[in-house]
Amino acid sequence: MKPFDFVQPRSARDAVAQWGPDAAYLGGGTNLVDLMKTGALQPARVIDVTRLPGLDRIEVAADGAVRIGALVRNADLARDADFAVRAPMVAEALLAGASGQLRNAATLGGNLMQHTRCPYFMEPDAACNRRAPGTGCDAIGGAWDNAAILGHAPSCIATNPSDLCVPLAALDAVVEVEGPDGARDIALEELHRLPGDAPERETTLAPGELIVALRLPAEAAAFAGHARYLKVRERTSYAFALVSAAAAMRLEGGRIAEARLALGAVAAKPWRARTAEKMLAGQPPGPDLFARAAEAALAGAAPAEGNGWKIDLARRTAARALAAAAAGTPERMPALPASPFSLSEDLSHA
Amino acid sequence: MSFQITLTLNGTAREIALDDTRVTLLDLLRERLEMPGTKKGCDRGQCGACTVLVDGRRINSCLTLAATLDGAEVTTIEGLARGDALHPVQQAFIDNDGLQCGYCTPGQIMSAVGLIAEGTAGDDPERIREGMSGNICRCAAYHGITLAVRQAARQMDNDPKGDAA
Repeated sequence: MKPFDFVQPRSARDAVAQWGPDAAYLGGGTNLVDLMKTGALQPARVIDVTRLPGLDRIEVAADGAVRIGALVRNADLARDADFAVRAPMVAEALLAGASGQLRNAATLGGNLMQHTRCPYFMEPDAACNRRAPGTGCDAIGGAWDNAAILGHAPSCIATNPSDLCVPLAALDAVVEVEGPDGARDIALEELHRLPGDAPERETTLAPGELIVALRLPAEAAAFAGHARYLKVRERTSYAFALVSAAAAMRLEGGRIAEARLALGAVAAKPWRARTAEKMLAGQPPGPDLFARAAEAALAGAAPAEGNGWKIDLARRTAARALAAAAAGTPERMPALPASPFSLSEDLSHA
Repeated sequence: MSFQITLTLNGTAREIALDDTRVTLLDLLRERLEMPGTKKGCDRGQCGACTVLVDGRRINSCLTLAATLDGAEVTTIEGLARGDALHPVQQAFIDNDGLQCGYCTPGQIMSAVGLIAEGTAGDDPERIREGMSGNICRCAAYHGITLAVRQAARQMDNDPKGDAA
């Protein structure tokens, strides 16, 4: 690991003031420290923001909107009863991610800013336009078939690995940042960029901008009764998604009044499926409708690199997540959060 | 860059001078404090062998920079037993044959202590397996590990004081 200076600012303003082009903000360290070990990232200065005051709170406003400080740990957000009752699919997505140890360390802000798990990004000797602009993309023609199927470009076929961001995009979450030019809000859906011809710009944050909080609008809680996150992976637990879907709906008089659908691990950003949402609105829920909506959600999909299987898998995952959401949010978190197996009967066999 | 941190390590306050910001908690324990009970497996947060408790919560010590821990309370496998009296989780791993080669065991035990403190595994083997999924066992002693965690959770539920860490 390359040597670095280490600072612990005591205010967000101070943190931003200490930032420079070779600096990195450190939250729980579960992604940054790993990438510093591989050499994929080599900051000259690490700014530990975990001591910033007041950013570890979960606040519910009188109108039901929720504001979550950027330093709230994944485990604490998922297990906050007031939060989980308002946004159960966010809690389910959090508990479907990583391991107990990592969820105890990982922060909300760090989760939003985590990098792709494309192995060619993580390996400093590989060509990667995202990590080292202009070097090319070894993932194209490489051995990684969990690449994007939506929104990719000849420059980069990476996916965003966050589970958390998928339901957040579906629920119109808003990110609060502070930066050299002051504070501003960014829609979560606009935070991550598609690669285009500048994959090295992973987010729309300006240099030095720091995420300080995230807000869920009051309307998000209206979906709490019918909301599921479904994650398909190579093993039942502790693996990144091959494909995931966050599905939620408001049912009125036997019809879907309003639906939300977002897909994960299919693009460089959480993929909101607005066309599918419009198809669902006003219709009675059912398998044929969900299949058509899923078809629409993947209408623009194209294989990036021998991964055409992800398109079928994403369709089926979206349809199944919609069916699970229509069936209703379970009273209790499933033993295997977000797993397709948790949708079946009890699987205990010890 | 030289600096100093204060840790409460297994109940004892320690002033630690460091000459390198790159030192992880894992390397601090093993290489500088002569506490090799915490194991280095993957060193990348994927195997769980390095699990310790920081302020009562289980974390991967390989991904935690020591510099971030000033003022923290750290508990390692060396801090669980009370003299010759094993911690209920340690005893349960022996009772249920929850190990073979033993390399992952300190991490498994610290993770189980953390999981039981989180209070979410309960008595359900499926929830225990899910809660322990951050700890890989190359010998595949998973069945015994699951039984051990269930035994310890039941015992500590009945005797919550039980001198648990």
